[in-house]
Amino acid sequence: MAEKVLMKGNEAVAEAAIQAGCRLFFGYPITPQTEVSAYMAKRMPKIGGTFLQAESEVAAINMVYGAAGAGARVMTSSSSPGISLKQEGISYIVGSDLPCVIINIVRGGPGLGGIQPAQSDYFQAVKGGGHGDYHLIVLAPSSIQELVDMTQEAFDIADQYRMPVMIMGDGMLGQMMEPVEFGAKEGRKLPEKTWAANGTEGKRPRNIINSLYIEASDLEELVLERYERYKEVEKNEVKVEEYMVEDADYVIAAYGTIARVAKTAILALREEGIKVGLIRPITLWPFPTESFKKAAETAKGFLTVEMSMGQMVEDVRLAVDGKKPVEFFGRTGGIVPTPDEICDAIRKMKEGK
Amino acid sequence: MTKVFSRPEALNDVELHYCPGCTHGIIHRLVAEVLDELGIVGETVGVASVGCSVFSYNYFGCDMQQAAHGRAPAVATGIKRALPNRVVFTYQGDGDLAAIGTAETVHAASRGENITVIFVNNGVYGMTGGQMAPTTLEGQVTQTSPYGRDVKTQGYPLRVCELLSQTSGAAFLQRTAVDNVKHIRETKAAIKKAFQYQLEGKGFSLVEVLSACPTYWALPPAEALKRLGSEVIDYYPLGVYKDKGAETDEK
Repeated sequence: MAEKVLMKGNEAVAEAAIQAGCRLFFGYPITPQTEVSAYMAKRMPKIGGTFLQAESEVAAINMVYGAAGAGARVMTSSSSPGISLKQEGISYIVGSDLPCVIINIVRGGPGLGGIQPAQSDYFQAVKGGGHGDYHLIVLAPSSIQELVDMTQEAFDIADQYRMPVMIMGDGMLGQMMEPVEFGAKEGRKLPEKTWAANGTEGKRPRNIINSLYIEASDLEELVLERYERYKEVEKNEVKVEEYMVEDADYVIAAYGTIARVAKTAILALREEGIKVGLIRPITLWPFPTESFKKAAETAKGFLTVEMSMGQMVEDVRLAVDGKKPVEFFGRTGGIVPTPDEICDAIRKMKEGK
Repeated sequence: MTKVFSRPEALNDVELHYCPGCTHGIIHRLVAEVLDELGIVGETVGVASVGCSVFSYNYFGCDMQQAAHGRAPAVATGIKRALPNRVVFTYQGDGDLAAIGTAETVHAASRGENITVIFVNNGVYGMTGGQMAPTTLEGQVTQTSPYGRDVKTQGYPLRVCELLSQTSGAAFLQRTAVDNVKHIRETKAAIKKAFQYQLEGKGFSLVEVLSACPTYWALPPAEALKRLGSEVIDYYPLGVYKDKGAETDEK
């Protein structure tokens, strides 16, 4: 058993990536995720890796694209406005079927917004963000231990499906400290990167990393192939935590940090005799639709709690499919809902208000 | 019969899509000849950019990666940092390199990124149909400067080699042209030197090749080459703008 160390989320994510074999990191400073770069800057030169502070987020994601095309394990990290700038590059990475890991420590928006924790980039992460038909695999940890475990697994998932994986945290997860353990994990069996453009050495036909297809039928065929792969991801990779859902009359849907606040509220409500449970999507895409479908058979209603004006709530409603009411409670701009506020929202639902 | 002329091995035997009279074909050939002569095709990864040369990933015989508009130097940086022992080059036009990709270009040079940039400057956006580029000459008529480029409202043509010569990281910068045989030979020598500098780990190298676009200059090919050799060279003087290997030779 590895020993536990007290670490800040942003530093833990960097160490987790290094332990997963990531030796290239391209970053750009932005609050509240800058410690990822700071940690990489300190560690990478000591282990023969590359930390490069790019001239912009745009350049950083394109460096990621280059390194991924060369077959390397590579990561970048940013926060909301910076992730907006990375969308072009993300679309190219997807369009070229390259694996990489992108950390998004979300802050309030739109515009320059704020620097406090938020979840208002759910749509951007889950519904596209860049141009074209595509999905990212989006993981939403709610503790620093989960952040570490998921970051390590993210590299394997990315390599397995040749897809970018986004880890979506929020400013709180990035900034807070918790004890974590870095255990050696059994990696997945991964295909060789025979597609990498890393020099033919005259031994194989040349490889081309590209997302341009002038013939519409070629492009359609490729996108259809990609969506077949997405079906595999939906079949194999859904992760969800169901907490006290079995006997629950009301089910809260929440992900990331706010799911922990929701658990506090659930315990308080159960003291009052109100049976409440939690469905916590751990993968935001693929979305744990089945958990909601199942809960819709027994629960009286759902409350989606987010640090936004309501984004994931749309996916919850799609999953529940009108069978039960789905209400929403959220705070935005960097405000974190309190357990009391969540309790009140549930009580109102119960009273039919 | 003795074979006296053939296609370089580093240039694939496929039909190029360039317009008649376009000088991209010449420059492709020169790059390919250099890759052959240095024996580095199998060790090279090229980066294609967005513009007329976007399909260069089909033409060069090495591994290739296609970059978003202007981002080729950043993509090349990622490749080079992942594969420091590989030769990495970008092939970019002037809209790509000197407008949307200015930041990536300047910073790759400034970092002394050990890559080679082949910068084809024909003073116009060709692929999208002949719009004004940052390098379009004063008074030049294009689709988006239909009355001729007016420097009062559309600014002045950008001189890239001069700009980059101010960066400490650039190891080799030369501007050449392909309007006549002498200049074409100079261009090849410059491209070879640029790749050699990369092989020697000297840092960022860029060859700006002044090129003709008969289609969007609305000139017959021979006339276009004449304009290239006169008007264009007058504004963009040929020469070595930086040479870390020959300190005294700097302009």
